Amino acid sequence: MEDIFSKDGLFFLRKLWHSWTLCLQSKSSLFKEEKLLENIDTMIVTNALGRNFGSICAVKDLSFAVERGEVLGFLGPNGAGKSTTMKMLTCFLSPSSGTAKVDGFDILDSPQEVRRLIGYLPENAPLYGEMTVLEFLRFVMEVRGLSGESGRSSLKRSVDLTSLGDVLGQKIETLSKGFKRRVGLAQAIIHDPEILILDEPTDGLDPNQKFEVRRLIEEMSDDKCIILSTHILEEVEEVCSRAIIISNGQLVADGTPEEFKSKSASAGSISLTVGEGGLAKMRERLNGFPGMKKVNEKSLGSGQTKFSLYPESKDGSLFALISELKNDESKIISLSVEDGRLDEFFREVTK
Amino acid sequence: MITRSFRAVFRRELTSYFATPVAIIFLTVFLILSGFFTFKFGNFFERGQADLQPFFLWHPWLYLFIVPAISMRLWAEEKKTGTIELLFTLPISLCEALSAKFLAAWAFIGLALVFTMPIVFTVNYLGSPDMGVIFASYVGSFLMAGAFLAIGIAISAMTNNQIISFVVTTVLCLFLILMGFEPVVLTLNEILPVWLVDHIVNLSFPFHFEAIQRGVVELGDLIYFSSVILVSLYIGAIALESGKAD
Repeated sequence: MEDIFSKDGLFFLRKLWHSWTLCLQSKSSLFKEEKLLENIDTMIVTNALGRNFGSICAVKDLSFAVERGEVLGFLGPNGAGKSTTMKMLTCFLSPSSGTAKVDGFDILDSPQEVRRLIGYLPENAPLYGEMTVLEFLRFVMEVRGLSGESGRSSLKRSVDLTSLGDVLGQKIETLSKGFKRRVGLAQAIIHDPEILILDEPTDGLDPNQKFEVRRLIEEMSDDKCIILSTHILEEVEEVCSRAIIISNGQLVADGTPEEFKSKSASAGSISLTVGEGGLAKMRERLNGFPGMKKVNEKSLGSGQTKFSLYPESKDGSLFALISELKNDESKIISLSVEDGRLDEFFREVTK
Repeated sequence: MITRSFRAVFRRELTSYFATPVAIIFLTVFLILSGFFTFKFGNFFERGQADLQPFFLWHPWLYLFIVPAISMRLWAEEKKTGTIELLFTLPISLCEALSAKFLAAWAFIGLALVFTMPIVFTVNYLGSPDMGVIFASYVGSFLMAGAFLAIGIAISAMTNNQIISFVVTTVLCLFLILMGFEPVVLTLNEILPVWLVDHIVNLSFPFHFEAIQRGVVELGDLIYFSSVILVSLYIGAIALESGKAD
């Protein structure tokens, strides 16, 4: 102690400052955790979850929470760590660092409880091909302890929801891809779980089947907590109430699909389609508008031209200009404001 | 110990043999081969003795190919098709799943042994054999099959390739047989000190199997087979736990 004082007083001060900030930090994170725990509807909380495969870091410091009633979309490029995260939440893989709580149960301390709570559809929906659909579902029911009258009704419920009634006696390996995926879903929901984790549930399905699966998810979303991963961004807009984007194992964005869209570059841009008359003047006025970032022009044929306008501010002064132009000889055919695009935002944050 | 998850996996495994022609083919091959060895190589009739020694003599060699054929798929297939992810995200512990798979396969081999019963009736018809010896030999054969199987299931847990699983298991088991195979032991005696050869022979399958075939199931032989089984299963559990991800 003494030689710190005598040798380098500054060093001591710096050290004090350091521990003080550390203390503040830990306090604030503690506070955050308490707040999360207070909320009884929080079903999943991950805390600095990480996983390495050898020297490769698949998931790093991932923290997020999901509540009941939420449908959380997991987005990210291939190999970003989506599946790895799901495998950790379902206790298939153990995390290299951090942990997670599922409905209050720690994935490290009580994996069996967590597995009991979760319904999980693994990537590519692996199934025992030599079994019939009914045998397979009965197997899952037996493991999950569903039997008797309640077992029969839950079997009926999940078969009805996934429309598997006609193929119950067929061997799984003889089924088409869409049916196999539905069998995977049926086993995931057979115990009416409060938490559903679906790894690319619509991958490889035709548009009708995709629609069916989305409808199913929407139907169940009210009282459950659902996490699904997907590469199809429209799907996120359609079914997810919230989305997180993971890139290189790290969380890069967390918000609603609308928020993401509004943050993309094209959000707030204006599409303007005009007729032939006064095109040159229109072009000149638009390009000369103060605070215009960019004007793209595209000929649509039959004399129509589409302008994409990127104003710097969204204060509406551009609209004033456009309505003024309308009174001239130009003919405005359509006018719309872009909400922004999810794929643009996705590319921006993951590249 | 017998939980519902264990029961479910055990039943699924056992019925899965009969869902495909595998079970019928396996049982047929096993019975034909054991009959062929007994009557052709074992000179069952010619030796004129009412015992089943020529029948049991060939069991280690029979198991050498038959058991890896059963064990090769047990985990390798689950890893290849990804169903292991399904299995281990259901409320099933590693221990339950592993022991259920092992016991189901062992029961299946036991069934094959039961189907060899006609040879017991035959030998009873021809003379009056020592039934105690025959019973002990069946117990020994079943225990030895379990040891083969446990090694096979451990190897299967290490790979997702069934061919590799089969070949490695066969080679390992071949070693365990050859260590007690007379021509090999005689050669070893010439190059190694006797105490070492004794230890090597002591670790082999035939040494303990033949001991039981004499009609006495001794504690040492029981400990030998059960420790091979338990150690192999333990290694298999470690391999599964650490290798689930690949």
